Amino acid sequence: MRILAVVLNTFKEAVRDRILYSILVFALLMIGGSALLAALSIGQEAKIIQDLGVASISLFGTLIAVFLGIGLVYKEIERRTLYVLLSRPLPRDQFILGKYLGLGLVLLVNVSLMGLFLFLLTRIYLARWPWHLIPVLGFLFLELLVITGVATFFSSFTTPTLSALFTLSLFFIGHFTPDLKVFVARFGGPLTRVLVDLFYYLLPNLRHFHQEQLLLNGLPLEGIVAFQVVLYGLLYVVAILLLAMLLFARRDLK
Amino acid sequence: MHSFAIVTEDLCKDFRVGFALRRQRVLHHLNLQVEEGEVFGYLGPNGAGKTTTIKLLLGLIFPTSGEVSLLGREATHPEARSRLGFLPENPYFYDHLTGREFLDYCGRLLKMEGKRRRSRIAELLERLGIAKAADLQLRRYSKGMIQRIGLAQALLNDPDLLILDEPMSGLDPLGRREVRDLILSLKEEGKTIFFSSHILPDVEMICDRVGILVGGRLREVGVLEEMLEARIESIEVTVREPDFSRLSSLDLPLSSPPRQRGDRVLLLVADENTLRETLDRLHEARVRIVSIVPQRETLEDYFLREVNPGREEGGRAR
Repeated sequence: MRILAVVLNTFKEAVRDRILYSILVFALLMIGGSALLAALSIGQEAKIIQDLGVASISLFGTLIAVFLGIGLVYKEIERRTLYVLLSRPLPRDQFILGKYLGLGLVLLVNVSLMGLFLFLLTRIYLARWPWHLIPVLGFLFLELLVITGVATFFSSFTTPTLSALFTLSLFFIGHFTPDLKVFVARFGGPLTRVLVDLFYYLLPNLRHFHQEQLLLNGLPLEGIVAFQVVLYGLLYVVAILLLAMLLFARRDLK
Repeated sequence: MHSFAIVTEDLCKDFRVGFALRRQRVLHHLNLQVEEGEVFGYLGPNGAGKTTTIKLLLGLIFPTSGEVSLLGREATHPEARSRLGFLPENPYFYDHLTGREFLDYCGRLLKMEGKRRRSRIAELLERLGIAKAADLQLRRYSKGMIQRIGLAQALLNDPDLLILDEPMSGLDPLGRREVRDLILSLKEEGKTIFFSSHILPDVEMICDRVGILVGGRLREVGVLEEMLEARIESIEVTVREPDFSRLSSLDLPLSSPPRQRGDRVLLLVADENTLRETLDRLHEARVRIVSIVPQRETLEDYFLREVNPGREEGGRAR
């Protein structure tokens, strides 16, 4: 009940913020705009629309996750709204979890709206229902949940600027760690290899969530792989939120 | 036996400051006891450590050493928290919520059941005079209205202990008076009120006891009247006498030279003995006496002297 109150308030705050709508409108324009590009291609319209559409959803979803996520906890400390909440019988870990889930709900609604738009647009060009988009969007949402987790984690102990820097860094690194590992395995010395291994396992490997190469080209994704990806995402979120709660539990709110 | 609403034992707080994260002590061995049912004014200049103390009481920051208990329990215990109401200094609440929604959010955090929550919110909105603004977003509230919604929030759970951080700062005289009246009526309901302030006249009027904090150290705790009564500083006698020089010839035992204001002259005498002598001589000389007013030390004077002993004399300058 208490968590639910925090979740709903976080959701309400985001939904009443104009920035969210600007991002959403921009995203829809971009997805719609892909139809123009598609017109230039011959016979590849549906592919262009899907590729650009999924990329747009990923981009704007990440923007929402990062830019709302980084201020999630910090803003409440800065504006001292948190003082009133925590003077109530609201445990700090429930506050963190509530904020996280609230933003998760915002992302769910946004990804659903953008996804629905893409789904319908693709249907027009593909002349059949593009059900394969559902798992693509599902994985994408899971990736956003991980990014939000990372942003919440940083937001619980540092300023929005630093949080943004760290979260965006992790976002980029997260997409390249597999390459780095391959590269080091070939050329690096033993110490570099250990370090890269450490980073590889510690930082989120976001590429796991991008199975669209298979899915958008009509190739099947094995059930066990899908299961592993979902498990990986959820475990990563749980781990990073626990870490955030741990750091936040003893923090002085100056 | 008294029961205490707030007890701190040897409470210390260090903050790490600067690039080298040097430890700086902002609160030194605070031993404070606030009895249930009293209005306790926590006074001190800016930066004395008042807000730090309040944050320690609420568990927003953690003590370096020492202990805090509220209503007979550990400060962070949910039971203590649910019997507590808190108003932060210069409160700022969620812009995007309306007054009613904000109170509803707070009520949910208190696990108040829906029907009771709604009726209690309506009651408080009415009591604090913001019922008309209830469905307006908080971004459109004035400073005074924000303070009221903050108080409504603090009173939501009908708390036994209220902790108010500078409840009157930034309010106009009317608003201050309303807050003062509210505090007094809450006291009548038997609630304990702990509030910090540096607006002294407000404190003088409503506090049972005060504690004075300077530089992170509690200088004195006491019943306000007792702290001040001991210091009747002088007695002010006003007389009507157009001929100022005639007064000088009377050789009155004054503590400072007489001062003329129009056809009135202000005479300051040190105590009751010299007062009697002065009155006798004035009587003999048939000088008309307008008023006799004992000059009690005000809290302001006391405060200035405690904060800055070097300004002891300056504090009384009129």
